[in-house]
Amino acid sequence: MVQNMTTSGFTTTGQHMMTIVNEPEPSAWWEHFPHEADMGIRGIGITKSQAFEQAALALTAVITDPEEVASQVESHFSCEAPDDELLLVDWLNALIYEMACGHMVFGWFDVKINDHHLEAVARGEPVDRKKHEPAVEIKGATYTELSVRHMEGRGWVAQCVVDV
Amino acid sequence: MRVPGIIYADKSLIRDMDLKVYEQVVNVATLPGIVQASFAMPDAHWGYGFPIGGVAAFDPKQGGVVSAGGVGFDISCGVRALYTGLRPDDIAPVKEKLADILFSRVPAGVGSTGRLHLNPQEMDDMLAGGAQWAVQRGYGTAKDLSRIEEHGCMAGAIPACVSDHAKKRQKDEMGTLGSGNHYLEIQEVVETYHDPLAEQLGIQAGDILVSIHCGSRGLGHQIGTEYLKKMVVAASQYGITLPDRELACAPIDSHLGQEYLGAMRAAMNCALANREIITHLVRQAFSEIFPQADLPLLYDVSHNTCKVEEHRIGGQSRRLFVHRKGATRAFGPGHSAIPPDLQPLGQPVLIGGTMGTASYLLVGTKEGMGLAYGSACHGAGRSMSRHQATRQWKGHRVIQELAAQGILIRSPSVRGVAEEAPGAYKDVTAVVDAAEHAHLARKMAKMRPLICIKG
Repeated sequence: MVQNMTTSGFTTTGQHMMTIVNEPEPSAWWEHFPHEADMGIRGIGITKSQAFEQAALALTAVITDPEEVASQVESHFSCEAPDDELLLVDWLNALIYEMACGHMVFGWFDVKINDHHLEAVARGEPVDRKKHEPAVEIKGATYTELSVRHMEGRGWVAQCVVDV
Repeated sequence: MRVPGIIYADKSLIRDMDLKVYEQVVNVATLPGIVQASFAMPDAHWGYGFPIGGVAAFDPKQGGVVSAGGVGFDISCGVRALYTGLRPDDIAPVKEKLADILFSRVPAGVGSTGRLHLNPQEMDDMLAGGAQWAVQRGYGTAKDLSRIEEHGCMAGAIPACVSDHAKKRQKDEMGTLGSGNHYLEIQEVVETYHDPLAEQLGIQAGDILVSIHCGSRGLGHQIGTEYLKKMVVAASQYGITLPDRELACAPIDSHLGQEYLGAMRAAMNCALANREIITHLVRQAFSEIFPQADLPLLYDVSHNTCKVEEHRIGGQSRRLFVHRKGATRAFGPGHSAIPPDLQPLGQPVLIGGTMGTASYLLVGTKEGMGLAYGSACHGAGRSMSRHQATRQWKGHRVIQELAAQGILIRSPSVRGVAEEAPGAYKDVTAVVDAAEHAHLARKMAKMRPLICIKG
C-alpha cells in the first residue's frame, strides 16, 4: 500500500518527455508525461501492484494534489482483464467512474494483483472545490501510450494517457 | 494502407504538426472498408487512434467498420451559437454582473451538478429524444430545433444499449458544462467576411453572440470507455488486426457494431439535450438583465460523431458511415440536411478558439463536399501540453491579463485556467484560413470573447 508522496519539481528527460515527478523516492513513485491535448500518467514500483498504486496517485494528481486528499471514505474495487495493460485501463476507469458518480477524489491506494485479477482499496473524500481546486475532470483512461512492463533494475512501470 | 492519407493544412501548420498525426492518419487508412482516403483537418493533433481532426468514411457493403475510437470519449461534443440582438454598448455597463449571473446559473467544473435529476424512464426518454425531449420538458424552444443538426434528435438511438453505469454517471450531469476546453462565452463579432452572405446569416460587426462548447458529459465518456474495450477484445473474432488498440472497431453490420451505434446515437442525443438545457439557463440569466432579449439559436454543430450520410464517390451515390473526430460537419449550399432558410448559404460551422483569442463562424462549401465528405476543422487545437502550460502560466495572472484586454474569466479552477491559457493553443486564425484556402469552408465572421465561463 502507498501513501501519497510529495509533489515537487520538474525533471526533463528529453524533448518530448518533460515530466513532473514526486521526488525523492527510490522504490515507488509517479510521474506525468506530456500528451499534446491531454495527460500521460505513469506509476513506477518494485511490484506490479505498487506501479498500479502509483499510477492511481498520478491519476489523482491530474485533478488535484494527492497530499490534500483526506482518507475519509473507503471504496473497494475488483477488476479482471485479459492482460496487464487492459487491467490497468480497467483499474483507472473504475476509479474515474467512482470519482465521477460519487463526486470523490482519492489519495490512498492499496492494490493486490493476482494474474490478471485486481482487488483494491482506495481512500479519499468528496470533492471540495475550495480545498482541492480541481483542475479538470477525467473522461477516461485510454490505450494511448499504454504499457505495463518490467524494466530490469527499475521495477514495474504502468502508464497510459488519460483523456481530460 | 488501403487508401491514401490526405492532410489539409498550410506549410506552417504542417511543419508544427506532431508526427503522431501522420502515424494516426496512416493507421486509420488501414481499417477495413475505408473509402477514398483518411483525412485530417488543419487543426489536426495527436488523438486516440484517430487524430483529433480526423475524418474517415466506411462502407458497410465493403466490410466497413464503426470505431469507438473514431468518435472518441466525448461523443457529440460540439458548439452552438445564439444571437442576442445586443451590441457592445449594451453589454459594457453590466459585463461584471452578467459574468457573475452566468457563472452562478450554469454549473461548470469538476464536481458540479445540474438541477435536473432524471429517473430511469426520463433518462431513456432523454436518450431517445435529445433536444426535442428537452424542449418538451420546457428547456429551450421549438424554434431552436430547426437550427440543430438532425432537428435536435439523432434517429436510431437505442437507450437499452447504454449501460446502467453510463446512465448513473449522467444522473447529476444534465445541464452542466464540464471542464477542460469546454466553455460558455459571450462574444463580440469583430469582423465579417463575404458580407452579403454574412448579412444573410444575420451577422454584422458589433453583434453580441453567446457560444456554448460542451458534449455528452459522463454518459458519453462511459459509453466510449465501455465500447472501446468491447471492440478491443472482439477485434480478433472479426478478423480485424488493429495497428493501434485505440482504433478499436467492429464491422458496421455486426451485433457489436449495431449496439455501439445505438449507444453512440443515444449519447449524441444526450449532448444535444445538454446544450439545449444550458441554452435555457443562459436565457434565464440574460433575462435578469435584459428582459427583452430573445437569444434565438444560430446553429448547433457536433464535432465527435459517426453519421450515416449519402456521398457521391466516382459518380455514384453511396451510403457511408462518416466518422468525424474533432472535425465539424460542413455541408455545402443546397444540401437537404441544412434548414431551408440556410440552404442558399451552406451549413454554419462554429470553430471554437481560446478564451483570449477568437472564434470563427464559417459555412460549408459545395467544393468541400468532394474534398472530405463536407467536413472542416473544429477548433484551434493545442500546441502545448497541459503541463507545459501550467509551467509557463499562472491562472491568476492569465485572468488578470485577459481582464486588461476586456475579457472576463469566471472559473472554479485557477489551475484549469492556466492549462487552458490562450498561448497553449495553435493560432486559430491560421487554422481557419487554411480551411478556407482548401475550400473546406468559407469564413463568415470572427468573434472575440468578452466573457468566458470555464469549467
